[in-house]
Amino acid sequence: MLEVKEVSVAYGVIEALRNISFTVGKGEIVALIGANGAGKTTTLRTISGLLRAKKGQIFYKGQDITRLPPYKIVELGLTQVPEGRRVFSRMTVLENLEMGGYVLRSRSELKAGLERVFERFPRLAERKYQLAGTLSGGEQQMLAMGRALMSRPELLLLDEPSMGLAPLLVREVFSIIQEINKAGTTILLVEQNAHMALSIAHRAYVLQTGEITLEGPASELAQKPEVRRAYLGE
Amino acid sequence: MLLQQIINGLTLGATYALIALGYTMVYGIIQLINFAHGDIYMIGAFIGVAAVAIFHQNFFLTLATAMLACVILGVTIERVAYRPLRRAPRLNLLITTIGVSIFLETFMTVLKGPQPTGFPTVLKNVTLRVGELEFSSIQLVILLVSLVLMVGLQIIIKYTKIGKAMRAASEDYDTASLMGININRVISFTFAIGSALAAAGGVLVGIYFNSVSPYMGVTAGLKAFVAAVLGGIGNIPGAMLGGLLLGLAEVFGVAAGFSTYKDAIAFTLLIIILLVRPTGLLGRPIQRKV
Ligand SMILES: Nc1ncnc2c1ncn2[C@@H]1O[C@H](COP(=O)(O)OP(=O)(O)OP(=O)(O)O)[C@@H](O)[C@H]1O
Ligand SMILES: [Mg+2]
Repeated sequence: MLEVKEVSVAYGVIEALRNISFTVGKGEIVALIGANGAGKTTTLRTISGLLRAKKGQIFYKGQDITRLPPYKIVELGLTQVPEGRRVFSRMTVLENLEMGGYVLRSRSELKAGLERVFERFPRLAERKYQLAGTLSGGEQQMLAMGRALMSRPELLLLDEPSMGLAPLLVREVFSIIQEINKAGTTILLVEQNAHMALSIAHRAYVLQTGEITLEGPASELAQKPEVRRAYLGE
Repeated sequence: MLLQQIINGLTLGATYALIALGYTMVYGIIQLINFAHGDIYMIGAFIGVAAVAIFHQNFFLTLATAMLACVILGVTIERVAYRPLRRAPRLNLLITTIGVSIFLETFMTVLKGPQPTGFPTVLKNVTLRVGELEFSSIQLVILLVSLVLMVGLQIIIKYTKIGKAMRAASEDYDTASLMGININRVISFTFAIGSALAAAGGVLVGIYFNSVSPYMGVTAGLKAFVAAVLGGIGNIPGAMLGGLLLGLAEVFGVAAGFSTYKDAIAFTLLIIILLVRPTGLLGRPIQRKV
């Protein structure tokens, strides 16, 4: 469904990604794990069109999206929940969700989208008219995910959804991700919490200072001594 | 005659507010001070003068024509001169806006000469009296038109899809584009609205002072910019408040005997605000990027 082919990205003269290649198949949960500064966020921002690849190509459902502007990529069904949630804090919960549904063509689609999201996240329904900036961290993560689901994405990119959440909430977020996947959305998950990510992913890639160093089925990667040492704290 | 001065101050202030809104909306989205904005106001006034002749003294058609023409002008300037520099250093863009400003002023000077011309009669100027209070029908029209435009703006920003997209983009540009919002379209729309309001201001001021000139946008633009900073740059109600306060300050300053220093009042206010409350009256604390 997604194919990243020999992509390099640089910030000025500093190369953040060097020749990375990976794929995400339809229906999969693929995890991309790596330490701080490895280039995970850079990878997702490049896929979404916020950053331009210096070299290489990105294909989504067979179409070359390397040079498309972000809004066109969303229209194709590829949506991202950015790192740090980034809810629109001065807008209400409802308005945030409406922005998530910006690409929907009709009012009835928007209404159906809201119903779906409120069903999955009842907390958001209770807080419809609250300013998003006044939500708790966990609620903001739910809003960021609900907002991304509004456009009915076929491929969802998630950038560290567990960041800054209490262990109980982390569990909840990951089980929601599994539910979303079971309902038919393909997922590319970026995480520092490698333990949780590997426990729900089908396959995984390890990113180390801008290069992919390991890849394989998640359960196999979780057994490798170098992964256990570097990312699972053993 | 306190009330009398307040009416005069609000009339002047409303015109500053109309211009200030364009500065603040554009700043809110692309963090750019568009120095050519005052010149859009000037062009609006000139188009108003031309439109009066075409539409046989119909005020609303005159106003609408000036606004529409400036929408086209404002959007075109952004498209042609500013957009190609979106990723260039901020300073390049700022200097470009000054270049566009000089271009527009020179263009009108060549076309119409540097001397101010009068605004042909388009509104009956009768003096209305309510008890001790005296004001002209023109003042009343200025206040009403400004009120309608500002309420209209609030409705657009609060309830329409594009208005919400504007708020989202001004809060977080990148995340807004991750929602599928076409940021270029939002920016065009912002320039359109700002230019329309400035043109309305130009026509109203042209009628009020019965004077239009190629350099009328320089002082008015600077003052409106002060008004925007006063209210908190990037903040829409702030620009309205800042404009009204500035108008009041000028009128009261003149009444208190400082008429020679009328134009200095705005900048004195600016200095005080920058010292005491750099984010402006309604501005939020400056957010540092993490
Ligand atoms: N805007 C930028 N300008 C310059 N360098 C940047 C910029 N953004 C990121 N970098 C650099 O690129 C590298 C990769 O950063 P990136 O944000 O992709 O890492 P990450 O894997 O997401 O890290 P984290 O787990 O901390 O979120 C880092 O060395 C970082 O310093
Ligand atoms: Mg990151």
